[in-house]
Amino acid sequence: MTTLDTGPAAAPRVAFYNDPVIRGIIYQVVVAVLLVTFIAWIVGNTATNLAAQNKTTGFDFLWKTAGFDISFSLLPWSRGSYYWEAFLVGITNTLLVAFIGIILATMLGFTIGIARLSSNFIVARLATIYIETIRNIPLLLQLFFWYFAVLKAMPAVRESLALPLDIFINQRGLMVPRPTPDQEFTWVLVTFGLALAGAIALGIWATRVRTLTGKYPREVVLAGKVADACVTFLVAFTALFILFSVAFPLSHAPLVAAVVAVVLAAFSLTRFAAISRGVLTFLIAFVLLDTIVGAMFAWVPSLLVSVLSAMIALTIARVGYVGALSRPPSEARFPLALLVLIALGVPGLVYWLTGATLVFEVPVLQRFNFVGGLQLPPEFVALAFGLTIYTAAFIAETVRGGIQAVSRGQTEAAQSLGLKDGDRLRLVVVPQAMRVIIPPLTSQYLNLTKNSSLGAAIGYPELVNVFAGTSLNQTGRAIECIAMVMLVYLTLSLLTSAIMNWYNARVSLVER
Amino acid sequence: MTDFGFVRADMVPSKPAPINTSGVGAWFRKNLFATPLDGVLTILGLVFLVWIVPPLYNFFIGHAVGPGGTVEECRLENAGACWAYISSEMEFFIYGFYDIPEQWRPNIVFALGALLLIPLLIPKVPFKRTNAVLFLLVFPVVSYFLLAGGVFGLKPIPTEKWGGLLVTLIISVVGISCSFPLGIILALGRQSKMPVIKTLCIAFIELIRAVPLITILFMASIMLPLFMPQGTTVDKLLRALVGVTLFTSAYMAEVVRGGLQAIPRGQYEAGASLGLGYWQRMYFIILPQALKHVIPGIVNNFISLFKDTSLVYIVGMKDLLEAVKTKNDTALEWQSANTATTGYLFAAMVFWVFCFGMSRYSMYMERRLNTGYKR
Repeated sequence: MTTLDTGPAAAPRVAFYNDPVIRGIIYQVVVAVLLVTFIAWIVGNTATNLAAQNKTTGFDFLWKTAGFDISFSLLPWSRGSYYWEAFLVGITNTLLVAFIGIILATMLGFTIGIARLSSNFIVARLATIYIETIRNIPLLLQLFFWYFAVLKAMPAVRESLALPLDIFINQRGLMVPRPTPDQEFTWVLVTFGLALAGAIALGIWATRVRTLTGKYPREVVLAGKVADACVTFLVAFTALFILFSVAFPLSHAPLVAAVVAVVLAAFSLTRFAAISRGVLTFLIAFVLLDTIVGAMFAWVPSLLVSVLSAMIALTIARVGYVGALSRPPSEARFPLALLVLIALGVPGLVYWLTGATLVFEVPVLQRFNFVGGLQLPPEFVALAFGLTIYTAAFIAETVRGGIQAVSRGQTEAAQSLGLKDGDRLRLVVVPQAMRVIIPPLTSQYLNLTKNSSLGAAIGYPELVNVFAGTSLNQTGRAIECIAMVMLVYLTLSLLTSAIMNWYNARVSLVER
Repeated sequence: MTDFGFVRADMVPSKPAPINTSGVGAWFRKNLFATPLDGVLTILGLVFLVWIVPPLYNFFIGHAVGPGGTVEECRLENAGACWAYISSEMEFFIYGFYDIPEQWRPNIVFALGALLLIPLLIPKVPFKRTNAVLFLLVFPVVSYFLLAGGVFGLKPIPTEKWGGLLVTLIISVVGISCSFPLGIILALGRQSKMPVIKTLCIAFIELIRAVPLITILFMASIMLPLFMPQGTTVDKLLRALVGVTLFTSAYMAEVVRGGLQAIPRGQYEAGASLGLGYWQRMYFIILPQALKHVIPGIVNNFISLFKDTSLVYIVGMKDLLEAVKTKNDTALEWQSANTATTGYLFAAMVFWVFCFGMSRYSMYMERRLNTGYKR
C-alpha cells in the first residue's frame, strides 16, 4: 500500500487583497476613517453655525435662574429656581406618571390578558375587542382624545362630578382627599412594616413545617380558626352595615348587623362553614351589584335593580357555597386570614392605642375653586389614564402569549396528579408562564416610561417638556439639553436591561 | 387461593346518554354556562353590554348628524357624533393646505400607489420583481416631482403646504421602505465578526432604542440644521423623515437579528461550501429564511411606525392628527359639544383601519409562508 505524501499543504496563493483577514481589516479601517471624518465634519459645521449665531456652549446655564413656571411639581419649585432643579422636576414628574401608569397598567393588563383566554365567549370577545381597538390607535391620538375631548368637556368647577369617597372631577382635573398624618402616625407605619414582616415570616415558617411534617403547626391552625372567624365577622359586619345604611334603612342597624355577623362568624367555625360563606358571598355581591348596577342604569326603577342584583348575587353565592363545600379543612389550609389579620390588626391596635390620627383633608368647593385635598391637574390624569389604557393592551397580549407558551402537557400532567384548578394554575402554569412573561413585560414598562414623553404634547411638565422644551427654548443650548434628556432615558434603559439580564440568568432553564 | 380484594357481582348501571354536544344549546352550555362561575360572568358581561351598547349606538348612528347635516343639528341637546363636520372638512384632513386646484396631483399619487401596492400584496399576481422596483424606486421619485412640482410646468408647492393624511402616508411609506433595508444592514452588521463594525451597529441600535422617538425628532428638527454646512436648509419634512427612519431601523434591526439567530449554522456553512460569497449567501440563503421567520415582528414594527408618524405633530409637522386638531380648535363655524370628539374619533378610525389591515395581512402572509414549520 502506497501512501501519497504530498507534504505540507502549500499556502493558497491569493492576492493579499483577497485574504479575508486583511480584507476585514481594510473594511474596518475604511469605516472608522469615514466615521471619524463624518463626525469631524459635523462638529466643524456645528462650531461654525454656533459661532455664526453667537451662541455659547457648556453646562454653566444649569446654575442660572430658570424664571418660568411649572404647573405641577413634587419638588419645591418657584420662578427663582435653577435649571438643574427644572431637570430634577422633569425627572420626578416622568417617574411619577410612569410609576402610577405601570401599576395600573399591570393590573388592567393581567385581567384582560386572562379574560382573553377565558372559555367564556362574551368575556373573551370583550377582551379581544379592547385589545384590537386600543393597540391600533396611536397613543398621541388617544391622549388628545382623553385630554381635549373628555377632560376638557368635563363640567366646570361649579358643576363638578362628585364621585364616591369625596373625589371630584372637573375641567381642572381630579380632586382627591389628601391624607394628613400626624406625628404619632409614624408609629403606626412602623408597626405596619414590622407586622407585615412578622406575618410573612410566620407564613414561611408554617409552610416549612408543613413541608417537613405534612401538617401546619397546631398553634397556627388554632389561631387561624379564630382569625377566620374574626375576618368573617368583620367582613359580614361591614357588608351588612353598608347594606342597611344604603339599601334598607333600618333602626338599630349596627346592632342587627353585629348580631347577624356574630352568627355567621360562629357558623364559620362549625361544619356549616360553607353556608356561612355562601351567605357572606351573597351579601358582598349584592351590595356591590346593587350600587354599581344602580349607578349604571339610573333610569331603571331601583326596586327592579335590587331584584335583578339579588338574583345575580344568588347565583354568585351558589358558586361560593359550592366552592366552600370542597374546601379542605382548616388544618390543611394556608392560614391566610391569620396573616392578614396580623399585618393589618396590629397596626390598627397601635393606631387606636397611641391616639394617632390620619385625617383626610377633603377637597371643598369654595366660591371659585376647590380648596384643600390633593389636586391632580388634568394633564396628569389624562396622561396616566391614556398610558394605562394603551399599555394594558400590550401587557394583555404579553400575558396571553406567556400562558399559551406553557405547553398543554403541563396542564394535563398537573390534572393527572390530581391538582385542582386553582393549584394547577398557581403551582404549575403561572410559575412557568412568568418566565416567559417577565422579559417582555419589563420592555413594556420601559415603553410606558418612554411614552410618557408624549405628555409634552398635552402640557404635562415631564422631562422632555420641561427640559427639551421650555429650558431649551430659553437657553438655546440645544445640544446640551437634548443630550441630558437622552442620557436620562439611556440610563433608565440600561439599568432595566441589566436587571433583566440578571433575572434571565437566574430563571433560565438549566438543561442537561 | 381466591383472596381477591374485590369482585364485582352485578352489572354496572348504564350511564345516562350524553347530552347534546352539537347545536345551539350545546354551544351555549359550552361557551356561556360551562360552570356556575361562567354563568355569572356571562350575566355580568350581558349587563355591561346592555349598559354600553345603546349609548354607543346612539352616539355613532342613532342621534348622529350624518354628512350634509348642519351645525345647528350638531348643537342640539342630545345630538350624537357630528359627521357633517368631518365630511365638510374632509379636504383639509386629506390634503392640508395643498393648493385646491392642484389637488389632482396627490390624487394621482394615491391612485398610483394603490395601483402598484395592491398587486404587490396579492401573491398570485405575476411580475413581482418589476412591480417591487416600480413601487420602491420609480414611484417615490415620480411622486416627489408630482407633489413638489417645479418641473414640466407644474406649479411648485413647498412641503410646508402639504398636510393631513397625505403627509401621514408619505412619512409612513418612506419610513417603511427606507428603514427596512437599513435595519437589515444594521442586523447583519451586528452579527458581523469585524469588531469595529459590530460595535458601531450595537451602539447605534441600543442608543436609538433606549430613547423615546420624541427626543430623536427633537434632535432631527433642532440639531440637524446645526450639523449641516452653513447656508444649507434642510426641509422640515425631510428632517422628520430622517428621524422616523433612523428610529424604526434600529427596531427593525433587532427583529431581523432574531430571524438571523434562528437560522441554523448549517445553512451558513452550506452556503459557504457552495462557494457563495458573503452577500450571495445572505441574499439567496439566509435572509429569505430569516425574514420569513420574523414577518409578525416586521409588520408590528410597520404598525408602530404608522402610529408613530403622529408624533411628528410635536415638532410642528402637519400630519392627519395635526389637521384634525387644528380644525377642532379653530373651526368656529362647527363648534359644538361633540365636534372635537368626532374629529378625534374620525382620526382614530383612519389609523385603526390601516393598522388593523396591516396586522390581518401579516397573519395571512404568515399562514401562507408557513412552509415546513408546521407541527
